[in-house]
Amino acid sequence: MNTPRLLTVDGNEAVASVAHRLSETIAIYPITPSSAMAELADEWSAHGQQNIWGVVPRVVQLQSEAGVAGAVHGALQAGALTTTFTASQGLLLMIPNLYKIAGELTAFCMHVAARTLATHALSIFGDHSDVMACRQIGLGLLASGSVQEAHDLAAVAHAATLRARVPFLHFFDGFRTSHEVAKIAELSDEQLRAMVNEEAIAAHRARALDPEHPVLRGTAQNPDAFFQAREACNPFYAAVPGLVQEEMDRLAGLTGRQYHLVDYHGHPQAERVVVAMGSGAEVAHETVDWLVAKGERVGVLKVRLYRPFPAEAFLAVLPTSVRAVAVLDRTKEPGAPGEPLYLDVLTTLAEARSSRPMPTVVGGRYGLSSKEFDPGMVRAIFENLGRPEPKNHFTVGIVDDVTRTSLEWKRDFEISVPGRTQAVFYGLGSDGTVGANKASIKIIGEETDHAAQGYFVYDSKKSGAMTISHLRFGPGPIRSSYLVKQAGFVGVHQFQLIDRLDVLDLAAPGAVVLINAPYPPDQLWDRLPREFQETVLEKKLQLHVIDAVKVAQTAGMGGRINAVMQACFFALSGVLPRDEAIDQIKKSIEKTYKKKGAEVVRRNHAAVDASLAALFPVKVPGRMTSTRGRPPVVAPEAPDFVRRVTAVMLENKGDLLPVSAFPVDGTWPTATAKWEKRNLALEIPVWDGPICIQCNKCALVCPHAAIRTKVYGEGAVATAPSGFKHMPFKGQAGSAYTVQVAPEDCTGCGLCIEVCPAKDKANPRHKALELSPQPPLREQETRSFEFFLDLPEVDRTTLRLDVKGSQFLQPLFEFSGACSGCGETPYIKLLTQLFGDRMIIANATGCSSIYGGNLPSTPYTVNREGRGPAWANSLFEDNAEFGFGIRLGADALRQLAEATLKKQAPALGDAFVSALLEADQSTEAGLAAQRARVAELKKRLKADGVDGRRLLGLADHLVKKTVWIVGGDGWAYDIGYGGLDHVLSTDIDVNILVLDTEVYSNTGGQQSKATPLGAAAKFAAAGKATGKKDLGLLAMGYRTAYVAQVAFGAKDAQVVRAMLEAESYRGPSLVIAYSHCIAHGYDLVHGLEQQKRAVDSATWPLYRFDPRRIAAGQPPLVLDSGPAKIPLREYMREEARFRITETLDPERYKQLLVWAQQNVTQRYGVYEQLAKVVVPQATAIPDVRPPPAAALE
Amino acid sequence: MDLSVEYLGLKLAHPLLPGASPLADEVGTVRALEDAGAPAIVMRSLFEEQLTQEQLSTFMATEQHRELSAEASSVLPEPAGYRLGSDAYLEQIRKIRAAVKVPVIASLNGTTTGGWLDFARLIEEAGASALELNLYSVPTDPGRDGAAVERDTLELVRTLKGRVKIPVAMKLSPFYTSLSNFARGLEEAGADGLIVFNRVFEPDIDVDALEVKRVLHLSDSSELPLRLRWLAILSAQRRIPLAISGGVHEVGDVIRALMAGATAVQLVSTLLRNGPSRLLSLRAGLERWLVEREYTSVRQLRGSMNLKACPDPSAYQRANYIHLLHGWREHPGAL
Repeated sequence: MNTPRLLTVDGNEAVASVAHRLSETIAIYPITPSSAMAELADEWSAHGQQNIWGVVPRVVQLQSEAGVAGAVHGALQAGALTTTFTASQGLLLMIPNLYKIAGELTAFCMHVAARTLATHALSIFGDHSDVMACRQIGLGLLASGSVQEAHDLAAVAHAATLRARVPFLHFFDGFRTSHEVAKIAELSDEQLRAMVNEEAIAAHRARALDPEHPVLRGTAQNPDAFFQAREACNPFYAAVPGLVQEEMDRLAGLTGRQYHLVDYHGHPQAERVVVAMGSGAEVAHETVDWLVAKGERVGVLKVRLYRPFPAEAFLAVLPTSVRAVAVLDRTKEPGAPGEPLYLDVLTTLAEARSSRPMPTVVGGRYGLSSKEFDPGMVRAIFENLGRPEPKNHFTVGIVDDVTRTSLEWKRDFEISVPGRTQAVFYGLGSDGTVGANKASIKIIGEETDHAAQGYFVYDSKKSGAMTISHLRFGPGPIRSSYLVKQAGFVGVHQFQLIDRLDVLDLAAPGAVVLINAPYPPDQLWDRLPREFQETVLEKKLQLHVIDAVKVAQTAGMGGRINAVMQACFFALSGVLPRDEAIDQIKKSIEKTYKKKGAEVVRRNHAAVDASLAALFPVKVPGRMTSTRGRPPVVAPEAPDFVRRVTAVMLENKGDLLPVSAFPVDGTWPTATAKWEKRNLALEIPVWDGPICIQCNKCALVCPHAAIRTKVYGEGAVATAPSGFKHMPFKGQAGSAYTVQVAPEDCTGCGLCIEVCPAKDKANPRHKALELSPQPPLREQETRSFEFFLDLPEVDRTTLRLDVKGSQFLQPLFEFSGACSGCGETPYIKLLTQLFGDRMIIANATGCSSIYGGNLPSTPYTVNREGRGPAWANSLFEDNAEFGFGIRLGADALRQLAEATLKKQAPALGDAFVSALLEADQSTEAGLAAQRARVAELKKRLKADGVDGRRLLGLADHLVKKTVWIVGGDGWAYDIGYGGLDHVLSTDIDVNILVLDTEVYSNTGGQQSKATPLGAAAKFAAAGKATGKKDLGLLAMGYRTAYVAQVAFGAKDAQVVRAMLEAESYRGPSLVIAYSHCIAHGYDLVHGLEQQKRAVDSATWPLYRFDPRRIAAGQPPLVLDSGPAKIPLREYMREEARFRITETLDPERYKQLLVWAQQNVTQRYGVYEQLAKVVVPQATAIPDVRPPPAAALE
Repeated sequence: MDLSVEYLGLKLAHPLLPGASPLADEVGTVRALEDAGAPAIVMRSLFEEQLTQEQLSTFMATEQHRELSAEASSVLPEPAGYRLGSDAYLEQIRKIRAAVKVPVIASLNGTTTGGWLDFARLIEEAGASALELNLYSVPTDPGRDGAAVERDTLELVRTLKGRVKIPVAMKLSPFYTSLSNFARGLEEAGADGLIVFNRVFEPDIDVDALEVKRVLHLSDSSELPLRLRWLAILSAQRRIPLAISGGVHEVGDVIRALMAGATAVQLVSTLLRNGPSRLLSLRAGLERWLVEREYTSVRQLRGSMNLKACPDPSAYQRANYIHLLHGWREHPGAL
């Protein structure tokens, strides 16, 4: 046994490393938390990294997980060693093929970062609900509980499937294991070679489809044959446990690391035993050690092979002394007699009851959606088992005050391990804290004998997101797969977080606390809130301060404080001698940032060098001196639900909320984002009214609805607070006009400043909008914004709906957590301004569903009448169909309302009823009139008869509802295209908005079919060599769908026009919207310029295709942008996604550029011709089709 | 006819070489230039801004979105082998070296003593035979006097010379209070050659957008006289070779530049307008002219009309201006 190479990697990398080396074909599709495995495999193959047979595995991306499963099935049938990676809903999409692969006894191993299935809500986090949905398929299911195990058992699974012919699904806990960084011993190529059986591989290949020895698979069998043939596989399943154990033994022989199908750990004569799978079993292991040392007879049974369930092995290791068993499931099966592992254990013990005494067996649920599972909970489970009547079907880790399932546990219980250091770091996603901590863990893992573990928690925002890093190191192994509870070191990397949450909550007594603050050591104490000071005194914490921003800025690093804080952490923690630590940090910087350029490395090094001289201990006076407390999380006037639930979650204390606090079905109130004041912007726009030309463009481009315009009667300003700004409204005497910023909601992206066309003639540098530091403006502008909100809203019926007019409408989408400068949200905001009071949104999973619907706060909001967008997310792949269904449902209710109304005509009056039925609702005035009629109807209706009551409930459906189907390009071009295409082929009146960022933005920038030629994206790291799919042209092919392509940064008026036309078209409409994105790799303050370049280079032509023009004898396609004014390269050179491709291989890039330019020129040429085409009127052929459903209105 | 010259330690068959420009961006064009007889290739300037600003802005724009959310630890791929900033430039040096036999002169443009200077060493390692350092900057700080600007530049030259072994030529702007004195300082600081003068983006004003635009026009022969004057002065005072850049379009321009004291004549605009073969015809024209007038070598021509050798040196000096003004006064009818 050679000394293994030690690596510090996360679970995904540990698994992908084995899978890549043991595969020939790898089919991939991004889904959290498994995407990193696919990304790594793709990257390795792109560099020519070989598998153990000296061949570079071919990595291919499909349009969905269903596509992946089909491709995998095919590759296996062709005899290739094939793998894939997935999770959650992605795994569900593979199920039909997995049945086939298993039924055909195919050697295949896949890896799953187990993740919650979306039910009442989506969750990206970890539990076993996805894997458990596959337990009936006939796959071998193998569970790993740590990064090392995941690495090892991945190899066991690949080896076992070859011999067993039963396909394997190897799984490990999403995030807790997939994203935990830990030090592991690597399996060498040589060891992997020793693990796989070449004869079994040859047999696998011999079974492949081959015309040299043809066979037929996938027959259709009848009642005479199917049943017997299905039972024919039994011997293979019976052999699996033995074969897996043999492979585990082989691994032990090669590495010294011994695993068993079921591993028992604990007191040899244990009376109480916990059974678990995955990382939870490691927590139980750690707790059992502690309890046994205290003299308790307890143990843990770790199930590694879950299917085929190894009953014999299970019984063999379960001590006969056991009196009570608790079986833990990380999943929930509502309505079942128990969760799956519990039922399996119960069955196993029941079937063995003749040979051994039957212990008490209870089942419990834990850890759903990565809910913490810690030693305190394990202890509570053992205590439960010690009771005469232990609670069955319990939950642990939550407070269930509704059905009383939960066990009580000690939240502060902590097992302290001698020699172990624990540290937590509070930072922002943008400041590099997590990256630096990952680097630190690597340094500690690789430069010391310590075991090391890192785990990282993020909030759900994309702008100003908070991160908490949890680091442990010391003598190993570290089985603590839960968050740090008592930290000896607390790093507060952003001073403002001190006001947002209790950052000292996890500080152990006497802990070292490092604060990045813009204050010298003698002033820091007085700047801290009372709660903070109190904790420091109570826990006797040692404070240190550094003005890291100043150090970073001096080194030319802007606000990137990560290297500075990392140097201070090493200096204060003493894990390495200071000089060595600094040296290692610099080496790691060089390694990480080499690609970014020598100057980047040099400046980072300079920041590190200057760090320690700026680090000071803070002398803590023996008393509290602060006059201020931590500000309230939400304003006291917030609604009850927001104060009771949302605020608790905002404070990072959502774990404390009991079951009763939550809606039973996932329904959540809108209009809550406005209560979360994030104060992210360092600078906010300041309006200079006299210079302003009142174009309202600032409001249109704002991604967060944080700058707004209003026109109102000038008399209203009489009650304005001092400092409220207003100007006479141009072109309407007696009216006043204001541009107002929401100072605490603005993210400071600067798009409004960029778009502002109004320059001071004498000093053109000064525009009507300019950025100015937020803190001195906050109070004044908050007062002004409150007054602004109270000003009357504009009368929608009198407004001209152009760019300017649209921005006087109230946005019903505000203050989302989208990225600062986001290119998607301005479109959504505009939609809500135009149609928000009558719209239903079907939202595909992706960025827009995350900033639109990720808790704690919700950005969709309501107007003064309480109306606003009703929003739902179904899945990623079905959004078009989901919206289609919403339309069907809404139409059904409207039809019922109309039919019922007709019946009520005698009582209500014929004229009134026909006015209601025949109302023209195509204009705001028409809609307002119909709303008035409906209000009158409700007044006139007597709620006594059946029809009256029914109509009262349905009356609102007499007002036109508009359905918008919203999603990104990953949905529209790839996974959801089949459905999208189907909806476009129908006559249903829905509107589809595709927010095209040209990559899967939410999962981290993987290529989609919308990715343009030449752009580097994940899964196309060398630069995409194929052109962008022309979704619009495909849709135009039906000639019955409205299609538009828009870019608000290039031609805002066309966007407004296209949205109005799309909505008014009584059939399917598709609007494809250019959305600049952080994944394009430039500062988004230039997003609007890039949109202009995209249009000017004709890579993003603007057009509207309106089938209504066909009947008018006009060409349906109108081009709204001209031929290229600039070469494509001038657009491409501004974005890092193209520059990566260029720097990687300049010669290839030149060729790609030629193709890309050709592509663009040809496409525009085709459009130009199409724009001249008049569709012939086929008058000779009578149109005998029934009228479209929408026309029945 | 012996047209050979020695410039920056390089023995060149004749003094006409393509100056720093996009001409060297394409290996195909470089080959064509070699075929047209170019004795060396000068690469486009790599700007300090390219080496620092682009790196930093890309770094900031991408790094701040790292670890953005639990779903995305980054938003762009980082394939091994890709390097932002400068590697493409080094790669281009290697490619040109591999494609042609003539030496490659690289070009850097910058004014600070920042980390970008390290890049000079990499340029040397990549195979450049010499380096041009373009010093153009617009000093706008009223608190910094001319002496300080010059002192810093000389320090920059000394630093650079300490890092590389290959010859370094300084590409100057005409905007120095005492260019002769500064040129002496440069020579003393170790400069191996001087190039007069760089041509730079000039501002223009968009009166509708109220914006300042940067424009760069191709040169014409009208830019020659300023350069002739300074070649004539500096070649009389300095031992290191001089090159002219800007304003050379015709055979006559070439001859004038050489007479004023240029060792090398850099051609850009005329090659961009007329293609690499223009080099061939200019060279032939030069040779023909020398033969016709019975010169034996280009060395004979060089500096023959400089401050030291020309019949009336005052024409290069302040008197030049006074004469013309007087002339105008004496013959008002001439207008």
